[in-house]
Amino acid sequence: MKTKTRVHAKKLVEWAKDKPEVLVLSADLTSNTEVDLFRAAYPDRFLSMGMTEQNISSFAGGLAREGFVPFFHTFAIFIYRRAFDQISMSIAYPNMKVRLVGFLPGIVTPGGATHQAIEDIALMRTLPNMTVVEPGDANEVAQVLDEIENIDGPVYIRQLRGEVPVLFDESEPMKFRRARQLQEGSDITLFSSGICTEEAMRASKVLAERGISLQHMHVSTHKPFNDPAILAAAEKPKYGIITMENHTIIGGLGSEVAEVMAENGVGKKLARIGLQDTYAHGASRLYLMRTHGLDALALVERVEKMVGEKLNITEADLQEVRLNEVHSEAKAEAL
Amino acid sequence: MSNEIWQDEARSVAAGIRRRVLEHTIKNNGGYLSQACSSAEIWASLYTKILNIGESEAPMIPAPFPGVPGADNENYFTGRAYNGPKAPHLDRFFLSPVQYALVLYATLVEVGRMSQEGLEQFNSDGSTVEMIGAEHSPGHEITAGSLGQALSQVAGIACARRKKGDTGRNWLFMSDGEFQIGQTWEALAVAKFYELDNISVIVDVNGQQADGAMKDVLNIEPLTSRVEAFGAHVVKVNGNDVEALVEAASIQPEGAPLVILAYTVPYYGIDLLEKRSPKLHYVRFKSEEERAEYAEILDLMNKEQGI
Repeated sequence: MKTKTRVHAKKLVEWAKDKPEVLVLSADLTSNTEVDLFRAAYPDRFLSMGMTEQNISSFAGGLAREGFVPFFHTFAIFIYRRAFDQISMSIAYPNMKVRLVGFLPGIVTPGGATHQAIEDIALMRTLPNMTVVEPGDANEVAQVLDEIENIDGPVYIRQLRGEVPVLFDESEPMKFRRARQLQEGSDITLFSSGICTEEAMRASKVLAERGISLQHMHVSTHKPFNDPAILAAAEKPKYGIITMENHTIIGGLGSEVAEVMAENGVGKKLARIGLQDTYAHGASRLYLMRTHGLDALALVERVEKMVGEKLNITEADLQEVRLNEVHSEAKAEAL
Repeated sequence: MSNEIWQDEARSVAAGIRRRVLEHTIKNNGGYLSQACSSAEIWASLYTKILNIGESEAPMIPAPFPGVPGADNENYFTGRAYNGPKAPHLDRFFLSPVQYALVLYATLVEVGRMSQEGLEQFNSDGSTVEMIGAEHSPGHEITAGSLGQALSQVAGIACARRKKGDTGRNWLFMSDGEFQIGQTWEALAVAKFYELDNISVIVDVNGQQADGAMKDVLNIEPLTSRVEAFGAHVVKVNGNDVEALVEAASIQPEGAPLVILAYTVPYYGIDLLEKRSPKLHYVRFKSEEERAEYAEILDLMNKEQGI
């Protein structure tokens, strides 16, 4: 599988070139959040703020009030867990044009419970005025900046770093508020987001070979969650709906889909793949995806349960796993 | 002395602020009276002498609540216009502990930026003259009710204004209680690191918080050396002395924010209030007799001020 490396780092420098109002605020995680190239290119627009996440959030609100567009970069957990009140009152309430760029979603990091953002979407989408987006491949990581550029209010970007797979054709860019249809089918509708889309795609071909007609939708906008294509896809399947996310099943994609289904009277079964109301711990991504049932095989098991038959699919039948060494380029550097 | 003119005006405004808040407290059987007592001279000094701001651009009678800010609300406004126009050379004023909103409203009335009818809207449904001020409230520009966030917001504004080449100062009224909050110290560290000397803070050090005296709830003293250790230029003054406040405000340090620690008496001007110590955060009369005692003081004030 083709991959791209340090996509955000490069894109941000190019994208911000003619945008003097764009500032980057870093909380002591500059290369770790891929803003080292920005710092080198535009030192006057880079603010080293240290580990003052609460202060940074309010400070960013202040900058935005004066017409700047601050991009606060740090690990996702340190944004929403540390500074939720500040984000709510200094940024979201006054509808400030601040970009919160959070890295290390869910179990992508071996950093354990303190570093794994497993409930960020749930929290951020409850904030009035807040937009929540999550790229799923290397091209979306770059395209997201253009897609949200004109949103005159705060945006939370659940971002990917390091080596990221190319899953989608570059000529069909991410569209804000639009889910991406990857496969059409009528037995089961699958909604996936973030890194789970890559996992789902490993299984979708072999599922088709076993006669399962899968409608696969990739979601990159969590809020607003009002694409008519989502409801249309939810109304379609014969057996039911599966959601698949690198996040707790409470409050994220699974809940978003459940809300649309309930409000529109879509009376179908819903199975939510994700962290089952649990924290994870420090281990490899591959290991955590297997033990928490977030991988392609977990999807196969859910499909089997939903259609009520064994499909005799083994790990060997699934498209090869993309392996990244813990200390490879996949990580910008240690944590 | 010929230069006593502004002092007289400032003292008279301070007395008027106290009188208006007392009147309000008696009428509504409740109010942030102690905050008016401690800080009246700070407000009077700010609005008569310290702030370099223009005339109010807001209606004398505040407009009703325009709805919360959002992409779909084109009618939204803040209460900033009561502090005059935004201009590169002009100062800006921000209030952090918006539990002082009543005192700010009384100040706006006293200096002719809002009508008495505005103050009478206090805490009434649909009005912007809210009990805990927010950015739509008269004289307010930011939403600071969750304490400890304003200094960081003002630091962001000050940083942005410096980038734009603005020369006006950015004044922030803070309470001493906010120095119990970690974010305050984060903001001080950043303000010094980026040498944001266009930030000027006046702290009402009245030693009081909701649970009682700060020394018994969580002591923050010695505040001067603590704030100095974070790199700010600290001036400790008698906060009920308009001359001391104005002199401190004339200092413009280079490379560091100015922090004026204004030590105040929480029952200054209304000695009777001392009886309620240590619970001074919000005054609600316990009996009609107590209310009558305060009404007598108000009568006296009215006579003194020729009302």
